[in-house]
Amino acid sequence: MNLDPFYLSLRLAAVVTAGLLVLGIPLAGWLSQTRWKWKFLVESMVALPIVLPPTVLGYYILVAISPNSWLGSAYLKVFGDTLPFTFQGLVLASLLYSLPFAVQPFLASFESVDLRLSEAAWMLGASRIKTFLTVVLPSSVPGLLTGIVLSFAHTLGEFGVVLLVGGNIPGSTRVVSIAIFDNVQSMEYHEAGQMSLVLLVFSFMVLALVYAVNRRIWAVSPKRF
Amino acid sequence: MNAPIVVEIEKTFPDRKVDVAFTLEPERAWTVLFGPSGAGKTTVLRCLAGLDRPDRGLIRFGGETWFDSQKRRFLPPQKRTIGYFFQDYALFPHLSVRNNIGYHLPDLSRTERSARIGEMLDVFDLGSLADRNVRSLSGGEKQRVALARTLVRRPRLLLLDEPLSALDQPTRVRLRKDLRKLLGRFDIPVLLVTHDRTEALSLGDRLIVMNEGSILQQGSISDVFSRPNQKRTAEIVGMENVLPGEMVAQADGMAQVRVGNHQLTTLAGDCDPGPVMVGIRAEDIVLLPENSPRSSARNRLTGVLRHITHEETLVRLTVDCGFPLDALITRESLAELDLREERTVHLAVKATEIHLFPHT
Repeated sequence: MNLDPFYLSLRLAAVVTAGLLVLGIPLAGWLSQTRWKWKFLVESMVALPIVLPPTVLGYYILVAISPNSWLGSAYLKVFGDTLPFTFQGLVLASLLYSLPFAVQPFLASFESVDLRLSEAAWMLGASRIKTFLTVVLPSSVPGLLTGIVLSFAHTLGEFGVVLLVGGNIPGSTRVVSIAIFDNVQSMEYHEAGQMSLVLLVFSFMVLALVYAVNRRIWAVSPKRF
Repeated sequence: MNAPIVVEIEKTFPDRKVDVAFTLEPERAWTVLFGPSGAGKTTVLRCLAGLDRPDRGLIRFGGETWFDSQKRRFLPPQKRTIGYFFQDYALFPHLSVRNNIGYHLPDLSRTERSARIGEMLDVFDLGSLADRNVRSLSGGEKQRVALARTLVRRPRLLLLDEPLSALDQPTRVRLRKDLRKLLGRFDIPVLLVTHDRTEALSLGDRLIVMNEGSILQQGSISDVFSRPNQKRTAEIVGMENVLPGEMVAQADGMAQVRVGNHQLTTLAGDCDPGPVMVGIRAEDIVLLPENSPRSSARNRLTGVLRHITHEETLVRLTVDCGFPLDALITRESLAELDLREERTVHLAVKATEIHLFPHT
């Protein structure tokens, strides 16, 4: 069995998950605090990838990052490379595609932290940012973990967006789901079956681990305090 | 701290409205916001804290304007330097006792900071719990941590939202006695919200009675209790005669309490010798005919009947015993006893119907 697609998939999922932590925490934090009246538009944007067919999303991303667009040409100027059909392009597309799977659990857990705790911190003189970092965030560990696992698993399992934006280039965009599709297309069912089984077992183990750990975290969560 | 706090605010909710105006006087005093639940007490407290924003009005603290709807001024809670004690404590569950207390002291150096925390641990007797997680504490311990955390940064005003309501009965009784003593050393004005009459009487110097979003009456505790300005206030305070007194002796669960020139025999309850508030319901006072034989009532008082007021079914008598006492009797009793204004009358109260409230 060719293991390259697995390395690539894991690398992609790890990079995207790390990126979603960096992007998702401030975004979800802002959404949980703001009283801006157009907030619902931002929430809808974030949730779009859940309902859109991956091909639609992939098409727009492909158009947006092509060297003819402002984004693609700016990237070309700065990095001297194009985004479509590269690993970097895949990361960008996956960030957008998996965004709701990070932001929504983050947001739900931030919002479930007792508002009185934040108010107590404000009354002690702590700024909103300090309060978020030192009161809300530590109480949201289970939600953060859920978001991390969901975005990791979701990135691992994506297909449509990857196919459109990344194509099928061994070593740089040929992730497991593409490799399996490819094998089936060329009637190599044995290889496809092996890869599918590995992906199935791996995904199940990750989820089982998270649910097990999550339960233990919940047992001492602030909810029971 | 000599700044009077002026509050004139209005806030409308879908189902109710809060509209109050009052001034907290500069002298060190405990003011109690008292009223049934839903009266809007906590809303007033939250507006003062800056956690809620009134629709209209102003809040001034001495020369500072904390809120002014006309000038569109709103000082955020962080800038008001006041302490807010939450009903359920709102301790940070992931931090130790020490780190809860020292959560935000950015203006102090490292050594000053640990000295200040150490001082609070001492005052609130938390030294042995300093490194415990707050989740593992009992209700009374959590309450002390919350007080310590609130007071550690020397707030200019302390807001207490039902500070005793989350405690079990024995702890509540103990802390009701100790709270004023404990906070006395910090010398800051206190505004306390409660719906519990005993708490109001034990802890308050001044009383603001609220009902359905507005203030019915404000004044000293004995004024408001003894002379409610309207029927609803009387219903809410529920005790017409409240007098300052002094417990002079205590034995076998009974106490001797001096009120004016009289000495009353009462149940000691949870009070200790010293200043107390004495409460007697008007309907618990019995009028005796002259030369009546002994009865089981331990307390007999003599006074001059000043006013006879006819209420719906009963008659209210105001008697001057050196201090005013209100009694409620039936019309039949009034006729039988041939009571007239400005005559001497004899009153009796059973020891069990005199209620004592510790007041240090």
